Amino acid sequence: MAEMRLIKKGAEAELYLTDWMGLKAVLKRRIKKGYRNPDLDSYVRGSRTSNEAKLLSEARRLGVPTPVVYSVDKRNCEIVMSYIDAPPLKRFVDGMDPEGLALTFSRVGEMVGRLHRGGIVHGDLTTSNIIPYSGLLYLIDFGLGEHSSDIESRGVDIHLMRRALESSHHEVSSEAYLSFIEGYRGVMGDLSDPVLRRVDAIRRRGRYVDVNHRKEA
Amino acid sequence: MNSVQYILGIESTAHTFGCGIASSEGKILSNVKSEYVPASGGIHPREASQHHAAKAAATISGALKEAGLRLNDIAAVAFSAGPGLGPCLRTGATVARTLSLVRKCPLVPVNHCIAHIEIGRLVTCEDDPLVVYVSGGNTIISAYAGGRYRVFGETLDIALGNCLDTFARHLGLPHPGVPKLEQLADGGKKFIPLPYVVKGQDVSYSGLLTMASRLASKCDMGDLSLSLLEVAYGMVAEVAERAIAHTEKGALLLTGGVARSKRLQRALSFVCSDHSARFHVVPPDLAGDNGGMIAWTGYLALKEGLTVPVESSYVNPNWRLDEVEVPWRR
Repeated sequence: MAEMRLIKKGAEAELYLTDWMGLKAVLKRRIKKGYRNPDLDSYVRGSRTSNEAKLLSEARRLGVPTPVVYSVDKRNCEIVMSYIDAPPLKRFVDGMDPEGLALTFSRVGEMVGRLHRGGIVHGDLTTSNIIPYSGLLYLIDFGLGEHSSDIESRGVDIHLMRRALESSHHEVSSEAYLSFIEGYRGVMGDLSDPVLRRVDAIRRRGRYVDVNHRKEA
Repeated sequence: MNSVQYILGIESTAHTFGCGIASSEGKILSNVKSEYVPASGGIHPREASQHHAAKAAATISGALKEAGLRLNDIAAVAFSAGPGLGPCLRTGATVARTLSLVRKCPLVPVNHCIAHIEIGRLVTCEDDPLVVYVSGGNTIISAYAGGRYRVFGETLDIALGNCLDTFARHLGLPHPGVPKLEQLADGGKKFIPLPYVVKGQDVSYSGLLTMASRLASKCDMGDLSLSLLEVAYGMVAEVAERAIAHTEKGALLLTGGVARSKRLQRALSFVCSDHSARFHVVPPDLAGDNGGMIAWTGYLALKEGLTVPVESSYVNPNWRLDEVEVPWRR
């Protein structure tokens, strides 16, 4: 392996810039967590690594731009993939004009729609996991994703996006979410109705959530 | 007004009826509680509310006596207006309205989740922590931003405490179940794989509970308890770690009834040392539901004029943490 330079230390993994057969690449290593039981920890990191590698490739076949996987080392919990040299969408959202915001999030919605239609849910949709690069939106970080066409899993996926918008971009979250839904509906068609109903149901679950601000005397 | 004010707080969201008195100087002068313990099974909302109605008078006079005050010394009455069980909330609200009418003083509705956060900020002197709030009814990762406590992660189904309590009952452990589960886990050796479900910043406990309950008759109790707790706490620690990396807060505050767990405290202090953040736990007597936290948060709200006339003092069983403006943090 060529020389490696640490470029990002996330909560779950470290990213190193490296070289793979002459290509500029990034190595993602899921690090050991001292707060987890060792057996549980190696299971979680191993399964997420192989999961991510598989889903990155499958998503691209569905027309969702993702990094190209070059190699996987499940034992060391490492993936080498192509490097997308750009900051995440998160950094741009707050400075966007209303048209740009609407267009961007409608494209994010289309992208998630294509993924769901293809039987994949991402499991961690946030603006940190979307990278605008050369006119495309790249989706990364599939470690929590799974194969699923359940209304529930799809609903959770959309719910996560909505909550990520609310917690990280609260000033524009409703506009961004509406555009997201528009794009999603455009790709999913009638399939989106039960999913969006479920999104509301998920919000209303046992977590003391109120959609209608119901009041009792 | 320069003199010290005293606020009386009523807590009645679930199994605890509590009355606490806080001073405007940030002291909890008394904190008396009475807990409803079901004969079997989980909380029965109507029985719990009957318990609260029966214990209200003694709890309140106990709190006044302990603080060395009379009802006439009270400047305002605060109450838990939600989230919680409807019948229990209504009982507490009725008691609070009555006190406010008798004393002719302002009535202050308080969001129960915010009270858990504010009491933690008060006693740890940590101004702006990432909050991990875990109890029988709530599992929330929250931090302050732009006038409100934002929710960064939460449970997608049942709460952490609910999962552990239900499992403890399934094993036939007497109430309170979680400390006994922890004792069993200390004797566990082998890790049994159980569903570890993290979705984004959210967690899910219902599958874990189902699986662990199914294995109860087939596995060693120590091993199973160990595995359940490791998985359940590991999930909270992971989403807390993601939130602390994301928000870059310099401290983490653990609050709510499950904050008493030493094993969970260990996991989260590990997370904090990895991210050079300070770790704080709310002391045991203030971690669970109590009236003192309602009184203190009531004082913060009273200062901002957030009182409510008796005739529109509704409770809201589904009152979300992130719906509430917290102007005292501006």
